[in-house]
Amino acid sequence: MSDVIYTSAATPGEDIYSGSYETTEGTIYNLAGGDWDTISAAPEGEKERIVVNMGPQHPSTHGVLRLILELDGETVTEARCGIGYLHTGIEKNLEFRTWVQGVTFVTRMDYLTPFFNEAAYCLAVEKLLGITDQIPERANVIRVMMMELNRISSHLVALATGGMELGALSAMIFGFRERELVLDIFEMVTGLRMNSAYIRPGGVAQDLPDAAEQNIRETLPLLKKRMKDTTDLLVDNAIWMGRTVGVGYLDLQGCMALGMTGPVLRSTGLPHDLRKSQPYCGYETYEFDVPTQTGCDAYGRFLIRIAEMQESMKIVEQCLDRLKPGPVMVEDKKIAWPAQLSIGADGQGNSTEHIKHIMSESMEALIHHFKLVTEGFTVPPGQVYAAVESPRGELGAHVVSAGGTRPYRVHFRDPSFNNLQATAPMSEGSMVADVIAAVASIDPVMGGVDR
Amino acid sequence: MSEANTPAVPVVPDGIESIDIVGVRQGAFGVSGSGDTSGFGGLVAPIVMPGASPRPYGGWFDEVADEIELSLQARNLPVASAIEKVVIDRGEITFFVKRDHLVDFVRVLRDEAALRFEMCMGVNGVHYPDDKGRELHACYPFLSITHNRRIRVEVTAPDSDPHIPSIVGVYPSNDWHERETWDFFGIIFDGHPALTRIEMPDDWVGHPQRKDYPLGGIPVEYKGATIPAPDNRRAYN
Repeated sequence: MSDVIYTSAATPGEDIYSGSYETTEGTIYNLAGGDWDTISAAPEGEKERIVVNMGPQHPSTHGVLRLILELDGETVTEARCGIGYLHTGIEKNLEFRTWVQGVTFVTRMDYLTPFFNEAAYCLAVEKLLGITDQIPERANVIRVMMMELNRISSHLVALATGGMELGALSAMIFGFRERELVLDIFEMVTGLRMNSAYIRPGGVAQDLPDAAEQNIRETLPLLKKRMKDTTDLLVDNAIWMGRTVGVGYLDLQGCMALGMTGPVLRSTGLPHDLRKSQPYCGYETYEFDVPTQTGCDAYGRFLIRIAEMQESMKIVEQCLDRLKPGPVMVEDKKIAWPAQLSIGADGQGNSTEHIKHIMSESMEALIHHFKLVTEGFTVPPGQVYAAVESPRGELGAHVVSAGGTRPYRVHFRDPSFNNLQATAPMSEGSMVADVIAAVASIDPVMGGVDR
Repeated sequence: MSEANTPAVPVVPDGIESIDIVGVRQGAFGVSGSGDTSGFGGLVAPIVMPGASPRPYGGWFDEVADEIELSLQARNLPVASAIEKVVIDRGEITFFVKRDHLVDFVRVLRDEAALRFEMCMGVNGVHYPDDKGRELHACYPFLSITHNRRIRVEVTAPDSDPHIPSIVGVYPSNDWHERETWDFFGIIFDGHPALTRIEMPDDWVGHPQRKDYPLGGIPVEYKGATIPAPDNRRAYN
C-alpha cells in the first residue's frame, strides 16, 4: 500500500485523538486512540482540570438540576447549570385550552407553590377582563389565606430539603412533618394536596367547607409550636452555621444585575416585597413585616424563611378574623363558573340545586352553563403582566389575548428560573460542598424553572 | 383570503390614535376552508390590539415618557426613530422600540436616576404570523424598585430577519431569558454570549412556541377513525 499517506496525530492543528489517511477509496479516519502519555500530555499549557457532572438525578441537586462543575482540587473554578429536564410545554398547552382550564396547567408548574401560580395567572386574566375590582371580598381573603399557608408549606420544604442536602436529616423530618399539617388544610379546602386548581379567574372554585375555619384555627398553634423544633435545632447550631454563614454570597449589586427577588434579595437588606410595594388581593390591608438580613449569605436566607413563616401565620390569623359570609365568584354570569361541586350519596358531582335549576327551571341557565363549560368566555385583545410575591420571588405572568376563548400566549417569569442564574457567582471560588448550600439557599423548584 | 372575506376595518375608538390589527379571526369554531353547520363559518373579524395612545398618558406615565425622551436626546438619539409608539392599556405602559436602538434605550432605563429601572424581568416572545413584517414580538417587563414602577418594552422583528440585539450586556439577568426566547421562537439575540437551547434538547429542530410549529401528537385511532393533533382539531376560538 504505497499510496497510503499517514498523518501524525500529534501534528499541531490536527485532532489529537484521531488521525486520518487517504486511500484510493477515500479518506479513512483512525479512531483507535493511543498511548495515555500522548493523550494526557496533549493539551499543552493547560493545567489539569476536572469537570464533574452533578445531577440531573442526584439527591443534593434540589430536583432534576444538572450542575457542571469545573474543579481545581476541591475548589470550584466554574459552575454551570443544565436545565430543561422537566420541560413539559405548559405554556404551549395553555394555548389550546380555555382560559379557565389554564388554571389546571399552571398549578403544576412550580409544584410547591400551586396557589401562587394560579393567583398570578388569574390576576392577569382578570386584569385582561377588567374585573379586578369586582372580585368579591371573601374570595380575596381566601386567596390570601391559601397563598400564605402555601408560603409556609413551601418554606418548610425549602428548609427540609435544604437541611437534607447539608446532612441535617432531622430538619428534613421536621420540615415535612409540619408541611403535612398545611397539606391537610389544602386537602380539606380544595380536595387535593397539590395541583389544586383552586383559584379561578373571577374568584375561587369553591367556598370553604364548614369545618375549614375551625380546622385552620386549631392547626396554627400546633404549627407554631412544632416550628420551634426546627428553629431550636438550626438557628444557633454551630454545624449549620459553619455550613451556611458566608456561603453563597451575593450582594445587592449582584442581585440587581441578576434580577434576583425573594429571600435572596432580602438577604442583602433590601426589604423589597411585592405584597408591600405593589399589593394585590388586598394585601395592603394586612399587617405584616418584611424580614430582612444583611449577611447576603445562605444563613441569612434561612433566617428570612423562618421569619417569613411567622409573618405568614400572622396574615392567616387576620384572614380568619375577616372571613365574612358572601360570594366567592364574580357576579358576572358571562364569566363566573356556573356550577358548584357537592358531595352527594353517589359521590362528587354538580350540586343538585344547580342541576335542578338548569334542567327544569331555566333554559337560559342551561345555555349559559353549556356555553361557559364547553366554549368558555372570551377575553378582549391585549396584553398584561401580573406579578405576585411567591416564596421564591417575583412570579410574573405575561398573558396575551387575541380576543378568543383561549389564551394567545402565556409566559411565566418564574423566580426559580431567573434565580438559578446566580449559581455561578454564588459558588465559583468556593468548595464543592458549598455549591449545594448555595443552590439550596436559592431554593429552585425545577417544575417552575422548566415549566 | 378572498375579497369577500376581507374584514371591515374597524372604527378607531375615541382616545386612541391608531389601531393595531395583528390578525384575522374566521368562523366561530376555528374552521378554515369549508364552512361548518353552525352558520358562523363565514364570520370574519380582525384581531385588534390596543393601538398607540395620544398624550397625555396620565399619572406617572408622562413623567417616564418625558424623562426617556430627554435622556435619549441628551445622548443624541433621535426620539422619533427610537420609539415607534407608546401604548397605554389596562393601566400598563408599553414602549414599542425599534430594534436598532434597543440597547441604547435600555441603558437609559437603567442608568438615568429619574428612571432607574434596576431590574429587567426577562424577555418573552409572542408570534403573530399575520402581522406582516413584524411577526415576532419580544416583550421586556422592567421594574423600578426605587420608583415602584413597571413598564414594558416591546420590540418587533420580521420572520425573514429574526434578529434583535441582546441586552445581556446591560441587564445580565436576561442571559437565560434570551436563550429561552431563542429556543422557543427562533429570535436571534445578536451579541448574546452563548445563544444556545435551554429548555429543548440541544439537537432539537424548530422553535416550539411559534404559531406555525406543528404540534404533531399521536393520532388516536379507533375503528379506523383518527383524532388529529390539537392544533388541527375543530375547536372553539
